[in-house]
Parts: sequence; structure tokens; C-alpha cells
Amino acid sequence: MSDMHSFLPPYARALDMTIADELDGAPVIAMPFADRVQGRPGFLHGGAISGLLEIAAIAAIHRALRAKGSDSAIKQVNVTVDFMRGGVNQMTFAVGEVTRLGRTMANVEARAWQEDRDKPIAMGYMHYLIKAKREG
Amino acid sequence: MAFGKPDLGSIVPNGAGFDPALVNKMMGKFGHGGFLGMEYIGHGDDWVELAIDWREDLVADPDTGILASAVIISLMDNATSMSIWTKLGEFRPQVTMDLRIDYLRPSPSGKRVYGRGICYHLTNSIGFVRGFAHNGNPDEPLAHASGTFIRIGDRVS
Repeated sequence: MSDMHSFLPPYARALDMTIADELDGAPVIAMPFADRVQGRPGFLHGGAISGLLEIAAIAAIHRALRAKGSDSAIKQVNVTVDFMRGGVNQMTFAVGEVTRLGRTMANVEARAWQEDRDKPIAMGYMHYLIKAKREG
Repeated sequence: MAFGKPDLGSIVPNGAGFDPALVNKMMGKFGHGGFLGMEYIGHGDDWVELAIDWREDLVADPDTGILASAVIISLMDNATSMSIWTKLGEFRPQVTMDLRIDYLRPSPSGKRVYGRGICYHLTNSIGFVRGFAHNGNPDEPLAHASGTFIRIGDRVS
């Protein structure tokens, strides 16, 4: 797992995200509640929840690419986030699922939850372009 | 709650009009808006523009210096949310139902990002919004946003 910790980019570290677990081969990212992720008082900011979803999605796609032996880079095309429940003052988790990994693009779904994974606080739906790394 | 900041509703009472510059002094100082350093740029009848300076700790890809996608989402979330209150002429508690962002191009490393949120339609409970992000020239957008907010009356929690 240590290789995945080094994957976490500056944005994720600034929000204190860590790799908490693994689910169906994808890293589960955890983010603690703090003032820096708060929107209206007592609740997570939608942008911070989106950030957790993004990091989970990127972690899942990196894992999926590596499983295929690919070192391709990715570029995000778009994202839709559904906010379903308010995020309260506790740990939030997110995991990404690569629903399709093709040669040129990938579809990823990410789910964020707090106490109960069956009660998501938000879902993210992302499209990524797969870009072959320049040949060495 | 552990964070003793005033509720937005308490500094912007209903019926007192809505001043996005004043409200951003709070939204851009505390919480996630404060972490991102969100700054008020300008507003019209139905739009609000905010900005975030590029910062190393907001980067998602250290190889390119490209900001995390969620930084743009936060920017557009706040700008579109404030565009609804601006069009309404008052603060009303609301939550984001959904938000979609299309990334036309990356925001270059080191460049400040502006986000303009526009409320194009209001119903009794829903605010329909769109918007775009740019690096200083609104004619060269880097992302487009669209989404909906639902007002939650007094049920702030």
C-alpha cells in the first residue's frame, strides 16, 4: 500500500486524505472532518466531497491501468456529482469503480459515504481520456 | 458544532438584500472557501464571479501543476450558489443537488482561476444555474458548469 500513499497528490495531502482500505481492488480514501473542508456550519462543503470523489476515482483508474500493465496518463474530460446527503462532522470515505476501461477513454463512478456505504452522501460520474505516455 | 462561526443566515437576514461581496468575506475566509482563498471579483443581477489563486497544495498532478478538478468544482459551486441569492435578492438556505463540469482545457500552472456563476431560472424550490471558469479572459473559458440547487426553507440542518 505504501506505493499508493506516495500516489496521493498535494491536494489530497492538504485535505488530510489517506488510504484507509481496499475494496474490490480499488483503494478506499478517507478524509477527516475539519474546518478546511466545511461549507455551511457543521457540514462538508460540496467541493471537498467532490475532491474526495476525484481522488478515489483517480486512485481506481491508476490501479486499473496498472493491472493491465499500462503506464498511460489520464486527462479528465468531465464530471457530474450528485449530492444526496449532508456530510456531517465525522470521517468520510470514498471508493472509485472503473465501469469501463477502453483504449481511449474510461468511465469511472465514485461513491462517498460516512457510516453506511449503502447510504452514499454523494456520487461522482467521471470520463477520462487515456493518453499513451510518450515512448521511451 | 466545533467550529464557532456565524451562520450565513444570521449575518444576512432575509429581506435585507443580498451583497455577494459582503457574504464572500465570510465564505472566503472560513471553512473550505477560506482554505481555497476564494475571492470576490464582481457581480450583476443574476451572476457572481469569484477567483482562486493557483497554489502548489491545490495541485492534483505534480508533473504538470494542474489544479485538482475539485478546486474548480468548489469555485463553481460557490459562484453559482451565490448567483441564486443575488437573483433572489436575499439569502435562503439551499443545498447543491447536482453539478456537472466539462473541462475544455487544463488551467495552466501558476494561473489564477476565475469562476462565474449564473442563475438562469428560479422556481419555488429550485435554482437552475450554469457558469464557466477562465484564467482572466471570459472569452477563453477553461470549463463549463451546470447544476441545480434546492432551497430547504428553514431546515438548514
